[in-house]
Amino acid sequence: MSNPHLPWEARIVERIQESPGLFTLRLQLSDAAAQGDYRFAPGQFNMLYLHGAGEVAISIVSDPEDESLIDHTIRAVGRVTRGLEQLKAGERIGLRGPYGRGWPLAAAEGRDIVVITGGLGCAPVVSVIEYIARRRHQFGRLNIVQGVKHSSDLIWRERYAAWSRLADTRVLLAADAGEPWWPFHIGRITDLFGQLQFDPRRVSVMMCGPEGMMRVAARNMGAAGVNDTDIWLSMERNMQCALGHCGHCQYGAKFICRDGPVFSFDEVRELFEVKGF
Amino acid sequence: MTQALSFLPRPRLQALIDALHAAGFRCIGPRVAEGVIAYDALEEAAQLPWGVSETQAPGHYRLGASDTQRCFAWANGPQALKPLLFAPRENLWRSRRAADGGLRFEETLPGSAPLAVIGVRPCDIAALALQDQHFLQQEVSDPYYARRRRDLFLVAVNCTHPAATCFCVSTGDGPRASEGYDIALTELADGYLLEAHSERGRDIAAALPLETAAEAHIAAADTALQQAAEAQQRRLPGTDLQAPLFANLNHPRWDEVAARCLSCGNCTSVCPTCFCYSEHDAPALDGGEVTHSREWDSCFTQGHSYIHGITIRAETAPRYRQWLTHKLGSWHAQYGRSGCVGCGRCLTWCPVGIDLTEEAAAICGEVAPP
Repeated sequence: MSNPHLPWEARIVERIQESPGLFTLRLQLSDAAAQGDYRFAPGQFNMLYLHGAGEVAISIVSDPEDESLIDHTIRAVGRVTRGLEQLKAGERIGLRGPYGRGWPLAAAEGRDIVVITGGLGCAPVVSVIEYIARRRHQFGRLNIVQGVKHSSDLIWRERYAAWSRLADTRVLLAADAGEPWWPFHIGRITDLFGQLQFDPRRVSVMMCGPEGMMRVAARNMGAAGVNDTDIWLSMERNMQCALGHCGHCQYGAKFICRDGPVFSFDEVRELFEVKGF
Repeated sequence: MTQALSFLPRPRLQALIDALHAAGFRCIGPRVAEGVIAYDALEEAAQLPWGVSETQAPGHYRLGASDTQRCFAWANGPQALKPLLFAPRENLWRSRRAADGGLRFEETLPGSAPLAVIGVRPCDIAALALQDQHFLQQEVSDPYYARRRRDLFLVAVNCTHPAATCFCVSTGDGPRASEGYDIALTELADGYLLEAHSERGRDIAAALPLETAAEAHIAAADTALQQAAEAQQRRLPGTDLQAPLFANLNHPRWDEVAARCLSCGNCTSVCPTCFCYSEHDAPALDGGEVTHSREWDSCFTQGHSYIHGITIRAETAPRYRQWLTHKLGSWHAQYGRSGCVGCGRCLTWCPVGIDLTEEAAAICGEVAPP
């Protein structure tokens, strides 16, 4: 496709309601050749288009080795995502992508891994965890930390349960507030950092979620002796084009859509402590 | 490659328009309309702004009469080259709902006809190079911009009459054009010193009734441009303000300028290098066909930094800071130079007369040259 603005038609193969207001669309490009050629790296995103409403940037949560389906987990918060929420299996939308730079998985081989997520921030790292799980012996100790505001916000509980059964893997879950039967921590995820097992000189930390959470987590990791270049985070800003042209996602000199969305902490730290960029 | 200079006597200016028409170009040039000088279709040299002058100051623009019989004795009006290439509104593609529920996407590229622009100022030629860098020379090339850019012929006119708001000398972009045009003119008392700068420019020049430039013509042009440079009172406090701007992100001046700034976006609209745009869907009444378009956006709007329920820059201070730190600061990291070409439009067209050079100086102080 020569025009980088033009979407492909994609069919909704399956729609999964993850929790109220949160749903997953499993998509397949209608053009078989395009679907066959479609490759992405964990951490990249697509622009999804709802006919008559517009486009929205959504990270890809599926397994990068699954060549038949492209999954997106979406929270219905805006005009386009609320419209997407109404769609059913069989309906068609537009898709272009993948865009951006994903997680540094090759560089993380042989190292301990700490994945820290908050809220729906877990979506962009699901494919990372799946990638590591399938190549478990190529990585060191795996730590998965997920925080939510309320225990009822937690999705993919079975996935966390499955991951916790992987070799040499810790899954730590926290909710700011929880129902009485919530078996995990009540409080901040940073309360759990003492239970992480990693060598600060041989670790790759991957974070996604609210910036306030990532700011605190990055400080904690820094205090634990982890280099800024070993802390990676996925950033979000308004994106209209995903091509590095529309200017909305500029973060200092970076175009988050093109240079990110995954950055090492040293690349963004100058602005990360300043409000309004 | 610079060619030998020629001279086009004033009564023969029409020959330039005729030669461009004969070469297949549609011509546009500066004309007086609605109280400003702006580009419009140009058929006759008589349509140029003869004897027109203008005064500019922060928040001020007025046309007047000049005491000379010249047609380029004025500084830039609000319109740069930008809208000719990066259209203020542009349809990108159509989405059609087929009977089977499928979606068909069709690109809507603009038609392109060779266009010659007469009277482009050096600052706008510098700005064009920056827009080319952004839209054409990155990983992804913008096909809409590329289509409009393809057959563009530029007749530059060096600036002999800068406005009080001009500061192109301090950005290194004027008052003489140095690169990126086909023909350059310098207006003199009795005609135009002409330099053909490209192969196409030389072809057009060959069709003109030119005379060899006299020493006096060349000296007069040099003097006029020297005086134009010396007339500029405003300047930026340095060519690269990236470090001082980012070292002063909490400077009290951001709040101070925000108290005056209306966050209206006039500055970004008239800026010849601002490139932000937003995309929009316009469905037909029956919902079957949708036109997906883009239009200029501004970092001064509420929506520019909106993301899933959060507005990153809800107040004016971070918006002004976003604009200035990008334009004069992080642009260097992105494109190897400042994003400001010293045209002064953001001063003139600011409804409250905010002066970018003054704000930059207040925040950065004086910056030593590299």
